[in-house]
Amino acid sequence: MPIWNKEAECASPEARQKLQLERLQQSVERVYSRVPFYRQKLDQAGVTPDSITCLKDIARLPFTTKYELRETYPYGLLACDKSELVEIHTSSGTTGTPVVGAYTEADIDMWSEVMARTLSMAGCAKGDTVQNGYGYGLFTGGLGVHYGARRIGANILPISSGNTRRQLMVMRDFGTTLLTCTPSYALFLAEAAKDEGIDFRDMPLKAGCFGAEPWSENMRVEIEVKLDISAHDIYGLTELIGPGVAAECECKHGQHFNEDYFYPEIINPETGEVLPDGEKGELVITSLQREGSPLLRYRTRDITFLMRKPCSCGRTSVRIHRLLGRTDDMMIVRGVNIFPSQIENVLMRIEGTQPHYLIVIDRGATHLDEIEIRVEVEDAVFSDVTSVLERLRKRIHDELKSELGISAHIKLVEPRSIARSEGKAQRIIDRRSI
Amino acid sequence: MIIKQISIFMENTTGRLADVTALLAQAGINLRAISIADTTDFGILRMVADQPDEAVKLLKEAGFTARETDVIGVEVPDHPGELARIMSLFRDEGVGIEYLYASLEHKADKAVIVIKVDDITAGLAMLEKHGFATIPTF
Repeated sequence: MPIWNKEAECASPEARQKLQLERLQQSVERVYSRVPFYRQKLDQAGVTPDSITCLKDIARLPFTTKYELRETYPYGLLACDKSELVEIHTSSGTTGTPVVGAYTEADIDMWSEVMARTLSMAGCAKGDTVQNGYGYGLFTGGLGVHYGARRIGANILPISSGNTRRQLMVMRDFGTTLLTCTPSYALFLAEAAKDEGIDFRDMPLKAGCFGAEPWSENMRVEIEVKLDISAHDIYGLTELIGPGVAAECECKHGQHFNEDYFYPEIINPETGEVLPDGEKGELVITSLQREGSPLLRYRTRDITFLMRKPCSCGRTSVRIHRLLGRTDDMMIVRGVNIFPSQIENVLMRIEGTQPHYLIVIDRGATHLDEIEIRVEVEDAVFSDVTSVLERLRKRIHDELKSELGISAHIKLVEPRSIARSEGKAQRIIDRRSI
Repeated sequence: MIIKQISIFMENTTGRLADVTALLAQAGINLRAISIADTTDFGILRMVADQPDEAVKLLKEAGFTARETDVIGVEVPDHPGELARIMSLFRDEGVGIEYLYASLEHKADKAVIVIKVDDITAGLAMLEKHGFATIPTF
């Protein structure tokens, strides 16, 4: 497999750390001098940019949380002049105020670089045809992959997400060799292809980069068998850049972190203490060269651990294990971030649907995430007329749809059929085998 | 006369009807009319029993969502065209029917139909005016 940037990806630990320290110092200096929010935080922590003299000093820097990103929406964390911006991306904003990524020309250049590395890890090279099934738009997935494929010089089919028949037609007619989309959509395509009589063994498709939602080794095996490809996990988040933070090489043993641009730490989410390599904890990331929206020690809430041993692919970069969970109760359903509290807020507005409800997430026969919300029918909402209850279901469905952008199946259930628990109620059952 | 129907919310799961009927049987409650409206996920069991207050109390204690609903029980002569005649009355007088079902009751040459209407006072008055007997109880 090709390595896109041997110098960076296979650098010696010493050379890499030297570069990381330089860039960390520049980043701290940049936010200290340009972002009042960070100046205040750093002052409070008693850290001045010139007091960062070794990489370990990063532990002295304050954390940044998603809450703070929302508080400073839209431009509060901007570390460049607005005239230097060339692109804006945001998270879907379904979990509240959207999170903003602001990109300068240099940021896009860096994004192209890390995405070229990502796609190369899956074997993408000039001459390949990349079918980009990530959504184009404010979402980072579509354009992130696009820039990476451009940098490599591959041929891009910017088909975006959805429209399954067309995806299959394009794949067959243009000879797609690399597919990028969410892992659940890859499986959905596989099923749809079967119905169309398409056999992937007859297609030139050889690999895929899948991310933006949690998946498992079992799912990888399923995708690899059904699509007859090599399936690679990719990691990223809007807050840092989008896709391109880390990705799997052909060894598929953890995701190589682009640590010359993003500095990973694992912390104890309770105490904030930095944990040694190999110990499970919350991933915290500091951007080392962002210009538009640099972040210091951003708390991702993702749980994983660091693998420092060099990989047999030749890359020396630290790897993160496949994500092991979240420190909060955020769910990712069809690529959309959802917190149970948002569903609760909707139900609270509809009299009689509280407090007993249960969220069940599953991947049905279609392999796409399905969300079911069970609501107990108490006296307050019960009617002897079915259409009244059907209207209630429709109302819950429509309000959730407009609030969260997801279509949930609303199931009315008998009172007390949802298990009561002492202490914290269990609100979610996630049955997805991921 | 107004009849108290018992309406019960039920999930579409196997054995739920057995649970309800067993409960009523134990208490010696006799069912006179029964019907189920079903949707994909749930059903509404509607029935007329000889002790509606007692039945609802029992059902609630057993954890069901149940309530009494006012309906009309009307005697319909048991030969072709009689139900059609009543239905056209409802149509002509503009009284909306939400649902109806037949009861197990059968008096000589008369059947008893249970009707839920949108305006029960208007419904009863109309039936009376046209000489149909509504029954006070089963």
